[in-house]
Amino acid sequence: MSKIKFSVDGRECFGKPGQTILEAARDNGVYIPSLCRYEGLKPTGSCRICTVRVGGRYMAACTQPLSEGITVENTAPDLEDMRRAMIEMLFVGGNHMCPTCEKSGNCELQALAYRYQMLVPRFPYQFPLRTIDPTGPKLLVDHNRCIKCHRCVAMVKTKDGKSVFGPLYRSKRKKIGADLTLAAGLTDDQAKKAMDHCPVGAILKKEIGFAVPIGRRTYDKAPIGSDVETPRT
Amino acid sequence: MSKPIVATASLAGCFGCHMSILDIDERILTLIDLVEFNKSPIDDIKTFSKTCDIGLIEGGCCNSENVENLRDFRKHCKILISVGECAIMGGLPALRNGIPVKDCFAEAYLNGPTVDPAGGIIPNDPELPIILDRVYPLHEIVKIDAFLPGCPPSAELIWKALTALIEGKPLELTYDLVKFD
Repeated sequence: MSKIKFSVDGRECFGKPGQTILEAARDNGVYIPSLCRYEGLKPTGSCRICTVRVGGRYMAACTQPLSEGITVENTAPDLEDMRRAMIEMLFVGGNHMCPTCEKSGNCELQALAYRYQMLVPRFPYQFPLRTIDPTGPKLLVDHNRCIKCHRCVAMVKTKDGKSVFGPLYRSKRKKIGADLTLAAGLTDDQAKKAMDHCPVGAILKKEIGFAVPIGRRTYDKAPIGSDVETPRT
Repeated sequence: MSKPIVATASLAGCFGCHMSILDIDERILTLIDLVEFNKSPIDDIKTFSKTCDIGLIEGGCCNSENVENLRDFRKHCKILISVGECAIMGGLPALRNGIPVKDCFAEAYLNGPTVDPAGGIIPNDPELPIILDRVYPLHEIVKIDAFLPGCPPSAELIWKALTALIEGKPLELTYDLVKFD
């Protein structure tokens, strides 16, 4: 199979045809942070956390196909600051109260804030008035924490392929709604997966919570992306 | 050189961050050698008697007394630090943000399930501080110089931040120090 040669921050890398920049970088031990992307799912490029610079142009690394000889900038200080700003915007745009959240320690948004050492967002908190929908038998949906990444829309499906979640309204009013009838038909395993597919704590499986103690949760010890990164040689 | 002077306060907080200060364990003896405490619940000094070098504040601002207290701290402290989630973003008390104060009062004092069925009353003594329309993070009211996140921030973070400040060295933030819960 032919190899595509490219570089990330001056590091020589090789990728396969059909890969995106993010996938190829990952195979070369380079972590490009992402949030709305989920392994095995068609990337949508909606959160823009994975923005890199190629030849002076900004592009979403999760959707941009790899091409021969490109020079990718991933950790330039201005790019990292822009990503940090995007994470901060997500924090102030919703009601992300980590101490009260079951997903704390396993939350990808929080993990990115840890990785970028966000001490306080530079933007004012919006405190939007949002609701919690506890009516489903298996799942609780907390709109305060939803970042509208659409991962649940694409991934949480019934046996016959119907989406349980779907977007409602547009722009600032936009929210992710759940079809209660379909949600009621989910198995325990599917409900667990729905919770795991959510990068934040917007979808929670009912009846069990805080099962993993502090210190043993996914992002307690090592930053998000450290499983991908290999030191430069 | 005289010892740096430290003041602390808990506004709309739970004193958990102060507990975390005490969690530095036996290092508190070293801390007492290193700094002098002024206004603080730790030594029960109620008013500022001099200008302080470092002010540590936990809790956000939910009422007029909090705001007055915070402004007093800003006036008397050279470096003011937001300690913990409530000081930084309002925290648990900020769950009421977005809900009209009138509705909050009605739920707590008139319609709540634990209210005396004979009828409740919304507290209206003139001595009580006025409740703000929402809970404010400290940096939305006065200038804050540093932020220590966590609920509470770990004793390790508080210790490292304090000693770095006292020794005039930069604070090295390792991964285990920045946590929001």
